[in-house]
Amino acid sequence: MKLDLLTSLYVFMLAAFIGFEVIRRVSPLLHTPLMSLTNALDAIAVVGAIILAGEYHAHGAMLAKILGTIAIVAATSNIVGGFLITDRMLRMFKASAPKKP
Amino acid sequence: MTNFSGMEQIIEITYLIATALFILSLKWLSSPATARRGVFAGELGMLLAIAGTLLHHGIVEYKWIVMALVLGTIIGVPLGEVAMTAVPQRTALSHAFGALCVTLVGTAEFYLRTPDVPRFMMGVLSLEVILGSLTFTGSLMAAGKLQEVLPQRPITYKGQNIVNLGLLGVAIVVASMLVAHPEKTQLFPLIVGIPLLFGVMMIIPIGGADMPTVISLLNSYAGLSAAAMGFVLDSKLLIIAGALDGASGFILSVNMSKAMNRSFSNVLFGAFGQEQTAAAAKQEARPVRSATPEEAAAILAAANKVVIVPGYGMAVAQAQHKVRELYDALTKRGVDVKFGIHPVAGRMPGHMNVLLAEADIPYDKLLDMDEINGDFPQTDVALVIGANDVTNPAARTDASSPIYGMPILDVDKARTVMVIKRSMAAGFAGIDNPLYYLDKTLMLFGDAKSFVGSIVREVGGGHE
Repeated sequence: MKLDLLTSLYVFMLAAFIGFEVIRRVSPLLHTPLMSLTNALDAIAVVGAIILAGEYHAHGAMLAKILGTIAIVAATSNIVGGFLITDRMLRMFKASAPKKP
Repeated sequence: MTNFSGMEQIIEITYLIATALFILSLKWLSSPATARRGVFAGELGMLLAIAGTLLHHGIVEYKWIVMALVLGTIIGVPLGEVAMTAVPQRTALSHAFGALCVTLVGTAEFYLRTPDVPRFMMGVLSLEVILGSLTFTGSLMAAGKLQEVLPQRPITYKGQNIVNLGLLGVAIVVASMLVAHPEKTQLFPLIVGIPLLFGVMMIIPIGGADMPTVISLLNSYAGLSAAAMGFVLDSKLLIIAGALDGASGFILSVNMSKAMNRSFSNVLFGAFGQEQTAAAAKQEARPVRSATPEEAAAILAAANKVVIVPGYGMAVAQAQHKVRELYDALTKRGVDVKFGIHPVAGRMPGHMNVLLAEADIPYDKLLDMDEINGDFPQTDVALVIGANDVTNPAARTDASSPIYGMPILDVDKARTVMVIKRSMAAGFAGIDNPLYYLDKTLMLFGDAKSFVGSIVREVGGGHE
C-alpha cells in the first residue's frame, strides 16, 4: 500500500492552522457546545470503522468484524448524541427582546 | 497515477464536501445567531460521508454495520437528552467512546497488516493506540469523578509522578521497539495495556476543580488520536476532523489553565488543595456582616447597575430559575442586570452559560471575565451566588496565597458586594476569602435557591 506521507502531513498542518483560526473566534459563551460539536465531528472515525467491519479480510476476519462493529457503535453514539445535545443547547441561547420598537 | 473507478470518485467527492461542511460548521459556531446552522452543516457533512462510505465497493457485508449503526443510535439518543448539569460527564463519556473507536480500529489494523507494516505507519499506529487507550480510561475516570461515582478528592501518594511518567516512558519504549520490529506482535498488547493503566493513574490525583482543564485536554488527545488514525488509513477527511478537534481541545485547555493560573504540567502533576488547610484554619473568628432577604432586596431594588456572579454552587442548588426570576423582577424595575461569568465557573468550559441560557436568561447579558471586569467600579451591587475562589481578591494582592495570580472577577471593586453562601466554609480549593470580611460585603447565609426566592418575593412585592 502506498502512503503519501508528505501530503498527509501537509493536510494535517493546514487543518490545524485552520482549526486554530476558526476556533479562536468562537465566543467563550459557546465553548460547551463547541466541545460537544467537535466531539460529534470527530466521530467521523466511524468511516474507518465501517470499512474495517465491512471489508473482506483473508485472515483476521473475525477480529476485524468484532472490533469494527464495536467501534461503529461507539462512534455512532457520539455522532447522534453529540449533534442532539449541541442543538439542544444552542436552541436555549436567545437574545434579549428589543426594548423599544 | 491513481486509478479511480467512477464510484470511488463519487465517494472521494462526498468526503471533500463533508470536509468543507465541517469547517463551515465550526466557523458558524462563532456566533449564537448562526450556530444552529453550524450544527446542520455538521450533520449534513456527516450524513454525506457515511453514505459515501457505505457505497465503498470493498464492503462485502452490511449486516453487522447496519446493526452497529442502529445500536449506536439507540445509545446515542439518551446521551443527547441528559440534563444540562450532566453535560460535563456526558462529554467526558463521549471522549471515551471516541477514543475507544480509534483504539479498536488501530488494534485491528495492526493485526491485519502485520508483519509488513512500514516504519512510519507503525509509528503513527502506535501514537493512535497509545493516545486512544489513555484517553479512553482517562475519560472514563473523569466522567466517574464528575458523576460522583468516584471520589472527587485528589488521591496522591509519594512518587506518584515518577510512577506515572515511568509508565508512559515504558509505553513509548515498547512502541519504538515495535517501530523497529513490527513483526513482534507479542509486544502490541503492551502499547494498549500500559496506556490504559496510565489513563487511570493520570486522573487519580486530579481534583474536581481541575476538571475543566482535564476535559479539554482529553478532548485534544481524542482529536489527535483520530488524526493519527487518519494517517494510518490515509483518510484526509479523518486527518482534518481530528486536527480540528485536537486544535479545539488544545485552545480550550490553554484557556482553562490560564483562567486558573496553572500550567498544564501543574494541573497534571500537582495535586491542589493539600497544604493550605492550615492557613485557612487560622482565620476562623473574623467578624462578617450579614443581611436578611428583605434588606438585600431593598438594596438591589435601589441600585442602578447589578452584576450577578454565579458559580457552580448556584447550579448545585438548582437556583438558576430563581435567579432568572430575580433578573426579570429587577429588569422590570429598570435595574441594569448583567452576569459576570468566570471561565472556570462550572465543570467544563462554557458550562455556566449553558445553565443560564437554559433558564432563559438572554445570552447578551452573559459577559465573560474580560468583558465585565471594567464594569465593577461603576456597579452598585455585585451579587455572588455560589462562587468563591473566582472572586477572591487574595489572587490579586496576597503573594503567599495558593491562588495568587489567578485572574478573578473584581467584585470587590463594586460599591456593595453580596454573597449568598451556606456557611463560612472555605471553597473548593480550601482557601479563605478576604472578600467576606470587607466592610462593603454583606453575607447572605442560606440555600441559594430559597434565598434568591425570598429576595424575588420582596422585590416583586414592592409595587408602587
